[in-house]
Amino acid sequence: MTAISPPRGSGPLARREARLAWSMLLPTISIVSLVVLLPLLAVFWISVKPVTLSDLRPPAPIVREDLRGRPATAGDEADIRYRLRNSSQSKEIRDVVLSDVLPDGLEVRTLDPRCALDGRQLTCRLGTWQGGFRDELRIPVTVGASYLDGGDIEASPPVIDGSAENVLTNLTFTTANFASIFDGGEFWTAFVITLVYTVAGTVGAMVLGLFAALLLNKSFRGQGILRGLYLFPYVAPVIAVAFTWVILLDPFSGSINTLMVRMGVTTETINFFGQKPLALIMVIVFEAWRYFPLSFLFILARLQSIDSDMYEAADMDGASPFQKFWYLSLPQLMGILSVLFLLRFIWTFNKFDDIFLLTGGNAGTRTLTVDVYEQAFAVSNIGAGAAVAVVVFLCLVVFSALFFRFVSREEGL
Amino acid sequence: MRLLQSGYFAGAVLGALWSIIAAWTVAIGVSLSSGSPAVPVAAGCLAIGIVSGLGAAHQFRFATVIMLALASALAAVVAGIGPLAAAEGGGSPSVVLASSLALAVAIAGPVVAFMTGLPGGVLTRHELEAAIIRFLTGFGYLFFTAIVVIPFYVMVMTSLKSQQELLLNPLDFTVDLSKGWDLLRGYGELFTRYHFGTYMWTSFYVSVVTVLVTLLFSVPGAYAVARLRFRGRKAFSRGILLIYMVPMIVLALPIYIAFSVTGLRNSVPGLLLIYPVTTIPVALYMLQGYFRGLPTEVEEAGLMDGLNRLQVIAKITLPLSLPALASVSLYVFMIAWNEFLLAFMLLDDPAIFTLTRAVTSLNSSEVPRQYLMAGAVVATVPIMVLFLGLEKFMTKGLTAGSVKG
Repeated sequence: MTAISPPRGSGPLARREARLAWSMLLPTISIVSLVVLLPLLAVFWISVKPVTLSDLRPPAPIVREDLRGRPATAGDEADIRYRLRNSSQSKEIRDVVLSDVLPDGLEVRTLDPRCALDGRQLTCRLGTWQGGFRDELRIPVTVGASYLDGGDIEASPPVIDGSAENVLTNLTFTTANFASIFDGGEFWTAFVITLVYTVAGTVGAMVLGLFAALLLNKSFRGQGILRGLYLFPYVAPVIAVAFTWVILLDPFSGSINTLMVRMGVTTETINFFGQKPLALIMVIVFEAWRYFPLSFLFILARLQSIDSDMYEAADMDGASPFQKFWYLSLPQLMGILSVLFLLRFIWTFNKFDDIFLLTGGNAGTRTLTVDVYEQAFAVSNIGAGAAVAVVVFLCLVVFSALFFRFVSREEGL
Repeated sequence: MRLLQSGYFAGAVLGALWSIIAAWTVAIGVSLSSGSPAVPVAAGCLAIGIVSGLGAAHQFRFATVIMLALASALAAVVAGIGPLAAAEGGGSPSVVLASSLALAVAIAGPVVAFMTGLPGGVLTRHELEAAIIRFLTGFGYLFFTAIVVIPFYVMVMTSLKSQQELLLNPLDFTVDLSKGWDLLRGYGELFTRYHFGTYMWTSFYVSVVTVLVTLLFSVPGAYAVARLRFRGRKAFSRGILLIYMVPMIVLALPIYIAFSVTGLRNSVPGLLLIYPVTTIPVALYMLQGYFRGLPTEVEEAGLMDGLNRLQVIAKITLPLSLPALASVSLYVFMIAWNEFLLAFMLLDDPAIFTLTRAVTSLNSSEVPRQYLMAGAVVATVPIMVLFLGLEKFMTKGLTAGSVKG
């Protein structure tokens, strides 16, 4: 007799459900891994390779073909000329092979020792080309009548091929990228700037958001309109608002500078986005301005879900308005505020567009994300850019770990 | 101590503080709307503020307090201490007088509102805090409205002014209606010489395709994560959020390289390959939350009646979640429409620019600012219209998806 026990493992029904689930997830998983996970691995790969922007075009042999001499009648002599060139100034190309089909009516008189002719098919093995290699290959021919009747040397373009080392795929590794970003104080400056920007921007956006949420946490006519209006900074495209700020604060003809000078607040115009501590402050102010709507929405949603019984009880106990805020609303909001802080912290840390458009990373606003771009495209050192990107990603992993530890407790995610 | 707690003291302090806020608001408002700056004069403003604060604390009637404020404004003007003075080179005396009187009303009106129901004698803590909160509320509305409205106001007005007008007086935002259609010259140039019509169309269809592809991938995925039981569900759910947090700039570099090598750079298909992937995680995250909230009973009833899972999704779940789908679509559309980094890095060919990329290309010293701002307006208006028209869905979408930004 067997003891009765609950079934172990998964039954056929459960297995079918799991199969269905995976098949529904498969498209998403595959496309996400193609466009997210693969590039992530690639960033790690590139960060240890000596890649510059010019390496993206691998060295290639280049050939141009023409007919020299002016053949006028049948039997004239002429040269087929191939002008050869290595597109790279520094990298060699091995095993270069040129092949071409000769047009009818051109009879080869003498053949270069590197070439072979098979019917009308010409094949030349040109060996290894150093960087910056240039040469000419001439094949003397006798021109026949059929060529003069409308034959064209360029009718069949020559094909040239060779193998060159591609830095992206070979196995040369280097630690120079990391060494170059870590030596010199530049990296740590950028790191500190990023942290200042992130913390101040996040806190600023949250404080403004909290204030706005408290304002709109009651129903009155026009509440909907104001709520919509307060979301504008976030909904508008970043290019539109960033350029508006730049123009508004322009030191020469910006309205704000003119206003301040003419009102007598300052005597000289202020270059808001161009001088050292001020540019960072302005970028932080922009961040707070642009993202307060998000915190505002989050906090408002939470405020409206707080039980009104509690406030009634507090009224009965004689709590004053500030006490109600401090001892009731704020503790109730603590959960959402901390989740919001972590999320916004991560997102502000990742932010690139805003600073890039406002200051281009100048005047002490070069954060890590802007540094990735600057290294890769302004300095054209893609390897170094990728190295900074790796550092950014590792920071992100640490923050996310914190986030999940925290949020799992707060929101039961 | 009793003096500090008296209503008169509170009234005077709040009145004084409000007078400063109101004075600066009115001064900036006058400057930005007329082009000739006005400057608040502290003594006059404070006098009006304190007088109306004391009047309000004494519980005079509203009209009486206004009269008091107007009288003190007049007195201040006569005495030459404000409350507003024309800055050098602008503003006739009558304008100054008129705006001074308007300022007096702008000070006294709200102050009366702050002090309603407060006795002139000793205030309780509740009464005092209530007055402070009313003061802060008034300040808050003014502050937020100003910081949101001013940049957009400047954006629109700059797009209507020629370069010379802008350089001549950067403060003058008045619209010269006598110019007629010439006002819209910037827009005309954009759509004729700079091909903004094409860019708008590109942006539009790129965004729509992104929305469709995103939904196609994320609906089944979100349903599986929300409803079906399988091993690794929790890990997957977290994985989505984690991918969602990977910064675009980290991915942009290898994508740039891969696209350069394969020739997808500078092509719309390349963009369409990338955009949905940046939005699928957020759509998945939003939709699975919504699907979880739907009652399982309805779906189980469907299963009992002989539908299979896919039919359940098509016939029951999707119709029930139309509002959520609308929110997600709007949110994804907004992300795609506003996207800047990838468009900037991947597109060089002016024939296939998206709107954001095209506006960036206007940011040069050779192009008048009028055009740049007109471009900004063109990029902003469609998304704003969509937003205002479907605000309810948009707000929901923002709340659910705003882990991203």
